[in-house]
Amino acid sequence: MTAQVSSGTAARWNDAVAKDIIDARRSEPGAMLPILHDLQEAFGYVDQSAVPVIADVLNVSRAEVHGVITYYHDFRHAPAGKHVLKICRAEACQSVGCRDLIAHVEQKHGLELGKTSPDGSITVEEVFCLGNCALSPAVLLDGELIGRVTIDDIDQIIETAARPA
Amino acid sequence: MTMRIFISKDAAALSVGADKVAKTLSAELASRGIAADIVRTGSRGLFWLEPMVEVATAAGRIAYGPVTSADVASLVDSLTASGMHPLCLGPVDAIPYLAKQERLTFARVGVIDPTSVADYIAHGGYEGLEKAIALSPADIVEEVTKSGLRGRGGAGFPTGIKWKTVLGASADQKYIVCNADEGDSGTFADRMIMEGDPLLLVEGMTIAGLAVGATLGYIYIRSEYPHAFRAFQTAVDAARKAGYLGASVAGSGKAFDIIVRLGAGAYVCGEETALLESLEGKRGIVRAKPPLPALKGLFGKPTVINNVLSLAAVPHILADGWKTYADYGMGRSRGTLPFQLAGNIKFGGLVEKAFGLSIHEAIYEFGGGTRSGRPVRAVQIGGPLGAYFPSSLFDTALDYEAMAAKKGMLGHGGIVVFDDTVDLAAQARFAFEFCVKESCGKCTPCRIGSTRGVETIDRILAGEDPAKPLALVRDLSQTMLDGSLCAMGGLTPYPVLSAIDHFPEDFQRGLTRVAAE
Ligand SMILES: Cc1cc2nc3c(=O)[nH]c(=O)nc-3n(C[C@H](O)[C@H](O)[C@H](O)COP(=O)(O)O)c2cc1C
Ligand code: SF4
Ligand code: FES
Repeated sequence: MTAQVSSGTAARWNDAVAKDIIDARRSEPGAMLPILHDLQEAFGYVDQSAVPVIADVLNVSRAEVHGVITYYHDFRHAPAGKHVLKICRAEACQSVGCRDLIAHVEQKHGLELGKTSPDGSITVEEVFCLGNCALSPAVLLDGELIGRVTIDDIDQIIETAARPA
Repeated sequence: MTMRIFISKDAAALSVGADKVAKTLSAELASRGIAADIVRTGSRGLFWLEPMVEVATAAGRIAYGPVTSADVASLVDSLTASGMHPLCLGPVDAIPYLAKQERLTFARVGVIDPTSVADYIAHGGYEGLEKAIALSPADIVEEVTKSGLRGRGGAGFPTGIKWKTVLGASADQKYIVCNADEGDSGTFADRMIMEGDPLLLVEGMTIAGLAVGATLGYIYIRSEYPHAFRAFQTAVDAARKAGYLGASVAGSGKAFDIIVRLGAGAYVCGEETALLESLEGKRGIVRAKPPLPALKGLFGKPTVINNVLSLAAVPHILADGWKTYADYGMGRSRGTLPFQLAGNIKFGGLVEKAFGLSIHEAIYEFGGGTRSGRPVRAVQIGGPLGAYFPSSLFDTALDYEAMAAKKGMLGHGGIVVFDDTVDLAAQARFAFEFCVKESCGKCTPCRIGSTRGVETIDRILAGEDPAKPLALVRDLSQTMLDGSLCAMGGLTPYPVLSAIDHFPEDFQRGLTRVAAE
C-alpha cells in the first residue's frame, strides 16, 4: 500500500497509469476508497475519465462511482495547487482563534477555502480536527502537521508557496 | 557507554519541531564524538512540554522540555559536565501531571520504540495474548464482560456483550473492525495509541479475533491522520514478520491478520454502520438497525466493531485479570478513561485516570486553566455533539451516568476549554453548520433541520429579537431529537440547547448589545 498522503507534488493525469492503479486492486474486497486514494495520491485529484474505468473493474454502475467520489470531502475533482494547506476549523481550534486565521487568509491573501490561488501555488481547504487539539490552532501543510499556528506563520506559508522554487 | 536519548515522533510533537530537535541533537552529539542512540517514541502526552527530550540515567529517565534546536548545544554541555540545565524537568515519572495519572492503556506510550516488537515484549507486551491463547473463546469473552469495559467510542455499550453476540453467531467468516475515525474535536487518544503503542492495538484486535472466531480484522483510520496511518501500517508489518499476525498467531495454530484502511474525510463515517458501508466501498450512509453489525456487519458477516481505546484496553484485562481493571472507576463506569485536555488550556494533553475525576479537577488541577490566562467560561465535552457546560456544572464527575444526568455526554473523553471571549451563539451556529456539512442525508430532520437551524441563529446574530427564533430553534431541535436515525442529527441539539440554556445572554444581541456599547 502506498503512503496515501495527499500533497501537492502530483503528476499530470495519465489514463494508462490510472488504469494500472485501478487494476492493481481489482480483486480486493471493498477496493473503491483505496483506489480513489491511490489516484489522488498520484495525480492530486480524481479525473472524471476514471469513473467508467473504476465502474467496469469493480463491476458497479458509473452513478455509484460518481456518488462515492462526490460524497467524501477528500476527493478533488480538479488538480490541486502545488501546495495544499488544510486549516482546522473545529471547536478546539476555534477556542484559540482559528476563525481569525481563516479571516486573515481570506481577506489579506484573497484566498477562499476550497479553492486554489490564481497562480496555482496553493490550495487552501478546511478540515475538522487534525488531532492536535492541545496545540491548536493546527494546520496540515502538504501532509505535515503544524501546531500553535500564528498569523505570521500563515503569511510565511502562503508567501513561501508563491515563491518560484 | 552509549547514551540513550528519547524524543517523540508523535504528530503533535512533530508539529512543534521535534524532528528538527532530533536532527540538531544527533549532529551535535556526532560532532563531539559522543556515542548515543536516539530512540523515537510516542508522546507522553504532556504537549506543552514538547518537543521533550529524555535521557536515560542510573536514576531513570530525566526529561527536558520544551526544547528548541537553539537549546541543543547547551543541553549537550549539561549532559557531559555536571550541572542542571534550565529546561531540566527532573525524572519524567515524577512530573506531577504524569505521576498523578493511572496509566494502563497508555503505560508504554512515550516509553518504547513503537516500531519494535522486541521492545513491546520487553515491556509486558503480548502477555494478554499469551493468556488468551490458553483460554477458550467463551472464557476470553467472559473476562472482558466481567471487567465491565464499555465502548470508548462514545456510546458506552458493554464490550463483552457485543463480543458474546458475535461469538454466538455462526458464519463462514467473521470480522473485527477497529473504529479509528476519531473525528471529535478535542480528541487525540486514538491517534496517540496508533503512533505511540500501535502493537497494543494489534494485540487487542488479535485477542478479539480469538474471542469471537474472526480471522480477519480491518482498521479504518481517518485520512486527517497521515502519521498514524503510516505508524500503524509499520506496526502491522512488524507484527506479521514476527509471527504475531498471519496463519498461526504466536504459534497458536489460529489465524488472524489485519488490513489497514484510510477514511476520506467524512465525520459520519465514525458511526459504525456508515463506517462499514465505507469499508465496503460505498457512500458512508448510516444503515438502519436491526440487523445489528454483530450479526450482519461487514460484507454481511458477523462483525465486532469497537473503538481503538476499547480494543487497546483488552490486553491489560487479559494479562492482569478482569478484577484488576474493574477495581478502577465508579458506579457502572469501570476502569480508566484517557481524557484529553484541549483547546484554550495551559497544560493540554492526555490524562488517563479512573472514572470519577470532576471537570474542575481535570481543567484546573491538571489543565492549569486557560492558555490565554483569562477565566474559563465554558467547556465542551464529548466532541461536536457534546453539550457546552458553564462553570456551575464543573463539579460534575466525568463518568457516563453523571454526565448524562446533567444533559451532557462523556463521548470519547475530549474536553475543549473556552475562555470568556467565547460567543456561545456562534458556537451554537457552528453545531448546526457542522451537521449540515456532515449529515449523511438519510433523514430529513437532520439534513434540512440543521440548515434551518443555521438560518435561524443567523437571524439572532443579526440582532433580531431572539424570542421567536429561539422558539423555532427549540422546535427544530425537538424534531431532530425525535426523528433522526443516528446521533449525528439526534445529538446536534445538545450543543445548541446547552448553549441557549446555560448562556442565554449570548443570544440577546440587538437592542441590549447596542445599548451597552
Ligand atoms: C456521527 C457519529 C460519529 C461517530 N464517530 C465515532 C468515532 O470517530 N470513533 C468511534 O469509535 N466511534 C464513533 N461513533 C460511535 C460508533 O457508532 C460506535 O458506537 C462505536 O464505534 C462502537 O465501538 P465501542 O463500543 O468500542 O465504543 C460515532 C457515532 C456517531 C453517531
Ligand atoms: S441523523 Fe443525519 S447522519 Fe444520522 S442517519 Fe439521519 S441523516 Fe444520516
Ligand atoms: S480541533 Fe483543530 S486539531 Fe482538533
